[in-house]
Amino acid sequence: MHIHRYEKLWLIIGSLILFIFLGILAVQTFFLEMGPPSHAETIDPEEVRESEIFADAELQQIGDNEYEIAMIAEMFAFQPGDLEIPAGATVHFTLASPDVTHGFKITDTNVNVMVVPGHISKVSHTFNEPGEYLILCNEYCGLGHEYMANTITVN
Amino acid sequence: MTHITEAPIRHKGTAVNEDAVAGIPRQDYRLSLANLSIAFIALLVGGIAGLLQGFVRSGFLELPSWISYYALLTAHGVLLVLVLSSFFSIGYLYAGTSRVLGGLASKTIAFGWTGFGLMTVGTVIAAFFILAGDANVLYTFYTPMQAHPWFYIGLALIVVGILLNCIGMFITYQSWRKRNPGQLTPLFAFFSNAVFVLWVFASLFIAVFVVGFVIPWAFGWVPTIDPMMGRTLFWAFGHTLVNIWMLTSISAWYVSMPKIIGGKVFSDSLARVAVVILVVANVPGGFHHQILDPGLSVELKFLHVIQTFMIIFPSLMTAFAMLATMERAGRAKGVTSLLGWWKVLPWSDARFFALIVAMFAFIPAGLGGIINASNQINQVVHNSIWVTGHLHLTVGTTVMLTFFGISYWLIPYLTGRKMTRTLNRLGIIQTIVWASGMLIMSGAMHANGLLGSPRRTADTTYNGHSAASEWATYEMFMAMGGVILFIGIVLLIYIWAQLAFFAPKGDTDFPIGEDYRPADASPLFMDRWAIWVALGTLSIAIAYVIPLLDFASGHTPGSPPFLMP
Repeated sequence: MHIHRYEKLWLIIGSLILFIFLGILAVQTFFLEMGPPSHAETIDPEEVRESEIFADAELQQIGDNEYEIAMIAEMFAFQPGDLEIPAGATVHFTLASPDVTHGFKITDTNVNVMVVPGHISKVSHTFNEPGEYLILCNEYCGLGHEYMANTITVN
Repeated sequence: MTHITEAPIRHKGTAVNEDAVAGIPRQDYRLSLANLSIAFIALLVGGIAGLLQGFVRSGFLELPSWISYYALLTAHGVLLVLVLSSFFSIGYLYAGTSRVLGGLASKTIAFGWTGFGLMTVGTVIAAFFILAGDANVLYTFYTPMQAHPWFYIGLALIVVGILLNCIGMFITYQSWRKRNPGQLTPLFAFFSNAVFVLWVFASLFIAVFVVGFVIPWAFGWVPTIDPMMGRTLFWAFGHTLVNIWMLTSISAWYVSMPKIIGGKVFSDSLARVAVVILVVANVPGGFHHQILDPGLSVELKFLHVIQTFMIIFPSLMTAFAMLATMERAGRAKGVTSLLGWWKVLPWSDARFFALIVAMFAFIPAGLGGIINASNQINQVVHNSIWVTGHLHLTVGTTVMLTFFGISYWLIPYLTGRKMTRTLNRLGIIQTIVWASGMLIMSGAMHANGLLGSPRRTADTTYNGHSAASEWATYEMFMAMGGVILFIGIVLLIYIWAQLAFFAPKGDTDFPIGEDYRPADASPLFMDRWAIWVALGTLSIAIAYVIPLLDFASGHTPGSPPFLMP
């Protein structure tokens, strides 16, 4: 099989770029802890509402300007409702769905995770900029999908 | 423009020997035309749904109460990405294979018609329940959302029909090999076979999901279903479908484009290597749709990212081969300047023009794909309307424009007619209209997605929230692009109708390129598909065994159904 000189060059350069790119992704994933949210823990969707983690959950301070909250993503709302936190706060979100698959996206941040029934999702973010952020469901979840949104106010 | 002036024009109404005119046996072209007809109806209905979606989302239109935005979205997705693409690829690949292998085996025709029948019935059933509002689950039908059970039966029939078409293609391919020992199969037939091998890989996943899990659950025979298992099986199918379209499209780039521009196939062996890599490495790419899913470890996701990126190699090879083919064609015409060959390309030939615009669209489309599959960067764009913009560049522009370009020779080839100068000019205008509409719509979607606007959402005003306020402008542009695209569809259907029924009779060729030189032909073992299927299975096993065993181990609680609506 004959491969043209230029094609060899083209493929070698392409491969090098690809390997460098993969290398950067690997460093970010395994050394800088920038990997995508990948929590692996199961929960029975029919027991989410009564479960220890999610029943009557509210924002809890667990450290110096560090908070955690368990949120239920359900048709068509996030429970509990709107949140308020001080600027610079780090929030750890724990999410589960009692019904269908939802998305959890906070605008103007990189917070973006799927909430699949049967599994618990976790994602954290530090809110440095004050303002009112929109939390929205970005996975179609039924005819009221477009109403599924909350806010986080950072003071 | 050779295709317009070369052959003698026969006048309308002259008695024509259909067998001779079609260039392939009558039974073969009837099967192809039947498949293409359904593809065209799907384009029209799916296109109307898309147009209405643009109006609703931008706030120009409120739908009547009997149909929801999501029913339209489901129809748009199912009809265009599944129905249009599968019927078109079958119609086109069967015709081309018949052309290069000297006719299809009679068993192939039988499998083809049975498959066609099942797919058509399945399409009608699925479309009925979608438009009746009983299947608002979108084309991904993520469980535990549940549609009417017969919607899934419709989908299952389509998949079984596709599988029968696969068997049909394998029969013709293998019987040609048996009759021609020691000979390499023609490149076009190799492409066809590859597409149908991918169809088998894809269909098996979706068949297991729909028949094994969803249908028993939808009829209430089993109480629960595992949504993560469903997402994994669906995307093994869904992403493979993407490369089924791509492989179908690049068959025209590799095989027909050289002939159209008066050149030759750059390298038979490198073309086949690109095809084989696409087939072997493709399926695990499905996992990049699940980068933000729970229940899959970071390490596993990184493995999937590497596997997804393997298909960058065949894309780079294709880019090189296309430009090299064009340069050589120009040099053969005596062009000596560095870039002069670019000017002598047949820009006024609609067949070429549609293909080259499609190729150009693949540059941003491919780059967007790399971004989407890039682990961390995925978090920025996942489920935003950026992804919809990406899909409309890949399938909507690259694949569709290639299909349109193909139809400019395929339809007259099958109906024994000729493209007139006027139709050719309309074809060029159609390409420009389509590309502009997509540029506006897809460009606005990409930008809007980066600002955070979600995909698949009927209304994104969120009670006038400030974060959502800047999205409105882009949604207006999306609707505008949609209107331009719909004009493109109307224009295209006019051209198709002309080519099918009214254009003057004549001989149109199905362009098949010759090799640049015999030394570039592949070694014979390239035709031994057992090797490639085994390697493909291995790459699937590397990606899927761990997560599927994990989901199947029984520790994930199942989900009861939620009817939509």
